[in-house]
Amino acid sequence: MRILKLKKADLYRFLEVIYKEADIWAPQKKGDKFVFDRVDDFSKIELQTTRTIIPPKKIMVPPMFNMFDFNEAGYKEDFSHISKKILFGIHPCDIHGLLTLDKLFIQEYPDPYYMGAREKTLILGLSCWPDEHCFCKSTRTNIIEEGYDLFFTDLDEFFLVWIGSSQGDDLVKLAPDKFDENLSDKDIQAYIRWQNDKEKAFKTEIDFVTMPDLMELKYKAPFWQEAGDACLACGSCSMVCPTCNCYNVADKTFLGGKPGKRIRTWDSCTLPEYSEVAGGENFREDKSDRLKLWYTHKLQAYVSKYGKPSCVGCGRCIATCPVGINVKTIARALEGEEVDAFWKKMSREVTK
Amino acid sequence: MNAEHKSLERKNPFTPEPARIVRTYPLTDDVKFFQVRLVDMDKALLFKYRPGQFAMISVLGTGEAPFCISSTPSRPGLLEFCIRKAGTVTGALFKLKENSLIGLRGPYGNGFPVDDMKNKDIIIVLGGLVVAPLRSVLLYCLDNRDQFGKVSVLYGAKRPAEMIFREEYFSLKERGDLECHLTVDQDDTGTWKENIGVVTTLFPRLKKVDPDATYSLVCGPPVMYKFVIKELLKLNIPKNQILMTLERRMKCGVGKCGHCAIDYIYTCLDGPVFTYWDVLHMRELI
Ligand code: SF4
Ligand code: SF4
Ligand code: FES
Repeated sequence: MRILKLKKADLYRFLEVIYKEADIWAPQKKGDKFVFDRVDDFSKIELQTTRTIIPPKKIMVPPMFNMFDFNEAGYKEDFSHISKKILFGIHPCDIHGLLTLDKLFIQEYPDPYYMGAREKTLILGLSCWPDEHCFCKSTRTNIIEEGYDLFFTDLDEFFLVWIGSSQGDDLVKLAPDKFDENLSDKDIQAYIRWQNDKEKAFKTEIDFVTMPDLMELKYKAPFWQEAGDACLACGSCSMVCPTCNCYNVADKTFLGGKPGKRIRTWDSCTLPEYSEVAGGENFREDKSDRLKLWYTHKLQAYVSKYGKPSCVGCGRCIATCPVGINVKTIARALEGEEVDAFWKKMSREVTK
Repeated sequence: MNAEHKSLERKNPFTPEPARIVRTYPLTDDVKFFQVRLVDMDKALLFKYRPGQFAMISVLGTGEAPFCISSTPSRPGLLEFCIRKAGTVTGALFKLKENSLIGLRGPYGNGFPVDDMKNKDIIIVLGGLVVAPLRSVLLYCLDNRDQFGKVSVLYGAKRPAEMIFREEYFSLKERGDLECHLTVDQDDTGTWKENIGVVTTLFPRLKKVDPDATYSLVCGPPVMYKFVIKELLKLNIPKNQILMTLERRMKCGVGKCGHCAIDYIYTCLDGPVFTYWDVLHMRELI
């Protein structure tokens, strides 16, 4: 592993150089929130951000894209949404989010759309600082060992830059004079101090070790019904979650000379028609059944398959769900705590 | 950065293969038979599958849906499907004439464990209109008759007109190398000579059953499972030798779209064939 030092002021110069290689996407401000967007103006790049509204999965699998053009002659793949990109400013949790999606999309039948975008995207990670919703320490996704080409740790006056791949190394070689191989003891001390302080900065903790068992033992607990009653079935939790992968497919028919299209769009298991089969039978008409599927997937299924939860602790569901159904409140409810969440109040109103 | 073109050349698992409807005719009021062949002859002959597996069929311009293959791999070249009219894709399929072009990809899913079933006795229990996957395994057993022990078929339909492949089953009754018992809930024709009653009333007719050496395969409407399984358990057939196929919504067939998720598995990869033991220890299965 090579670790280099980059002066703060040299970051934009470095980005300018690599901008010639590909479009750069980075967190930028939108209202009081942040979004991953294409960079037109380097000064708009935000270095100290909390989570973006939508995770960078949108770059690997756009919310809506065409898989095939077709007509009477057959199906033609459409990869036109895939282009070379450099993602700068992606946090460890979101890199873990991509590693989690990799498992699903690349195993057994590799998804060429996902893989195409993944291979054309360089990942330039950036360190971050937890806010009240972050709990990546609990999911052990606060530390990143793979899945990036370069990783920048922001130590105020300078960055420590980890080189994680030969492509990352190629980028550094485009501006070799900006990077310093010699780290002083003081630099190393600064990093260790930062690391220790960050460990202590987390305000939310969740014990994921007990979750698979609790999902099983509390599968019939009454709080599921309460949460189900309050859930708006809006699907927002799935849109913002970096590890939600579900999608829907619909055909647009061809007319005249225009080809038909097979459109793939993000979907959510919280939506009513998610489990409906042809003929109208729905296996999960009840919202609580759909929430159970969501949480089985996050807290239990992945653990049994891959030894860790598919939640990466980004806190987006906490920041997003309008009625307060999220990994934290559900975990607390599973642990038997009386949670003070909006859905609890709602369900009380409903039953009054 | 040199890996970038590779993925675009990789085989796209979502690409439907062009196929033609060779033959199609109605089996009942809302079930139709389709015989399909991949346009590429080499691919048609190389299409290897196991009884119980399914394929995704595309109707150009309407969409794609999963269907169990009801032909047997022991008769390669043509694929057969018994399709019940249920949604938009099946609606469009029903309108297609012979020689129409469709898209097909697969086969997907686990299918029946035909290798484990070798040399065992087989009891096939069918109910109603959902019998497609078991036709595949039945024909497979018959084509490889010497590889299996006793084969028995119990089929219950609502009315004689709703007994799919009625003629096929009548001719099975003529064969000396298997037992075939048929029943209808009610006879509205006045000409039905077989049993009348639900499918479970056929169980006493089964000749001596050696439960440990028996695999039982069940397929039918959800309400039927409970009663049939009860009978099979009475015969002491082990829970993991009772097999059934389950239907779920499927959008990809290859473990990506999430739609077929049950508990922590994907039906399209780990199913659609499950054992009764799976049903007991997995939530939501039936
Ligand atoms: S479940 Fe919530 S906290 Fe966990 S990864 Fe998804 S959005 Fe982030
Ligand atoms: S849990 Fe919350 S975000 Fe998810 S669908 Fe229900 S209301 Fe919407
Ligand atoms: S059908 Fe898409 S995951 Fe099973």
